[in-house]
Amino acid sequence: MSRTGATASQAGFFSRLGMAMKLHRQNFSGSLRGLFGQPTSSLMTITVLAISLALPATFHVLLKNGKAVSQGWNQGVEIALFLRPEISDSRAEALTRTLQLRSEVAATRLVSKEDALQEFKSRSGFGDAMDFLDENPLPAMILVTPTRAHSSPDSARALIATLAKEREVDVAQLDLEWVRRFQALLQLGDKLALALGLILAGGVVLIIGNTIRLAILNRRPEIEIVKLVGATDAFIRRPFLYTGFWYGALAGLVCWLLVTLLVFWLGGPVSRLAGLYQSSFRLDGLAMVESLWLVGAAILLGLLGAWISVSRHLKAIQPQ
Amino acid sequence: MIEFHNVFKRYETGHEALKGVNLALDSGEMAFLTGHSGAGKSTLLKLIAVMERPTRGQVIIDGANVGRAKNRQIPHIRRKIGMIFQDHRLLADRTVFDNVALPLVIGGLSQRDINSRVRAALDKVGLLNKEKMMPITLSGGEQQRVGIARAVVNKPPLLLADEPTGNLDPELSAEILKLFEQFSQVGVSVLVATHDLALIARMHYRTMTLRDGRMINTGLEE
Ligand SMILES: Nc1ncnc2c1ncn2[C@@H]1O[C@H](COP(=O)(O)OP(=O)(O)OP(=O)(O)O)[C@@H](O)[C@H]1O
Ligand SMILES: [Mg+2]
Repeated sequence: MSRTGATASQAGFFSRLGMAMKLHRQNFSGSLRGLFGQPTSSLMTITVLAISLALPATFHVLLKNGKAVSQGWNQGVEIALFLRPEISDSRAEALTRTLQLRSEVAATRLVSKEDALQEFKSRSGFGDAMDFLDENPLPAMILVTPTRAHSSPDSARALIATLAKEREVDVAQLDLEWVRRFQALLQLGDKLALALGLILAGGVVLIIGNTIRLAILNRRPEIEIVKLVGATDAFIRRPFLYTGFWYGALAGLVCWLLVTLLVFWLGGPVSRLAGLYQSSFRLDGLAMVESLWLVGAAILLGLLGAWISVSRHLKAIQPQ
Repeated sequence: MIEFHNVFKRYETGHEALKGVNLALDSGEMAFLTGHSGAGKSTLLKLIAVMERPTRGQVIIDGANVGRAKNRQIPHIRRKIGMIFQDHRLLADRTVFDNVALPLVIGGLSQRDINSRVRAALDKVGLLNKEKMMPITLSGGEQQRVGIARAVVNKPPLLLADEPTGNLDPELSAEILKLFEQFSQVGVSVLVATHDLALIARMHYRTMTLRDGRMINTGLEE
């Protein structure tokens, strides 16, 4: 047996490598030619795959932009500390200076009783009516702007709790509830996007698996013959893996195109809407890294679908 | 080289194709396997190439029980076997050349080695001028010879032929058998299943006979 058993290894390592690479290239471009060989059905499959991928990808882009928007809101956070009426202006000034020293605090501004009254008069239109009052009913107020690091709803809330404990402070207020709600919604969106992504990724694997299954059924006699003359499973799997690769790659690219077109299309109206709110917000598309992730994930799903499909069918033709 | 120990094969249909078969074939030995249609000749060859697994008993090649071989070992067993199939089993959409080259491509040989070996094999079966043709455009006998060229192209230590001369005229049959003979002379074990009794009579080789799945003559005691 050993006399001729070594024939395969008689070819030098490099020529074997060259042969293997040539085979790879043939398989690689051959599978692509295979896709273009039946353009309509391949195109339909790729479109279905791209749409399946586009759903979670679009969801992701929307969430990302939602987060960017709400990030902007945090930066305008101001905590209003209403001081007790009996606190004198000098004590209020002293407290303002102390607060300014805290590490969580970026800026403070004291609105004295007098300032508050002036502001109220000029803004409310009740100016004259206020003149009839003996005493200024408005409390002094300190506006505290937290540092950027302490602007998130949770840390701002922690800060407000500490500040409310100051003896001079009557009421501490921060209108953050709706920001918190919005962010909770975004978190829910994250979970939803993940679930949607997983479900549709499963769908992509199934679609590619089924497409490859048809290709395998078409070539089943050929597969059997190649196995009979000693091909390993890896040898048979390879061209189908390339087919899966191409389906995944092309679907990923088409999906990228779909999402990019969608962002482009929505970009104008969104900017106009943002303009109405004095915001320079612009809709952000898929970044370079995200695009690579998208195509990479699509390729992986394609390979996985092909692998599962081929393995199942190889098992079916094992000897009984 | 090959040993069968009390081998049974029952197909899923319940049909028992082999019943307690024993046989031994040495390295470099050439033998015929005969028997009526349905006697179990093809089944016996398929057990050697692990296309089927025995229901009971042992099929041993080179000391290894191939009946129990793991699925991933099967390709390596088959590469040591050149098999000629009763129904040719050619790739319909590949040229004669590509069909014959298949075992070499699987083995990872260089293109240069493949070219020279394929041509040599085609030359041996007299088909050198048909290398670019598709199998369907060939006659039955020519297709059979393509199958023979594919079986011998990687010089396997064991050659199994299932009715290799079924579609050949007596002259060509004799030539093919001479080719097998040459192989056995350089140490290849050859087992040929056939009901061409006239051919066997001319050749004076060991002849085993199956009847209804039983080995009624192992061809050893004359
Ligand atoms: N895959 C199968 N499933 C069920 N029964 C089978 C199968 N293959 C063969 N048989 C049965 O096993 C018996 C032996 O078949 P086999 O092909 O080994 O015969 P053979 O000796 O090669 O006949 P022939 O000379 O006609 O080729 C036959 O009765 C056949 O019907
Ligand atoms: Mg038969």
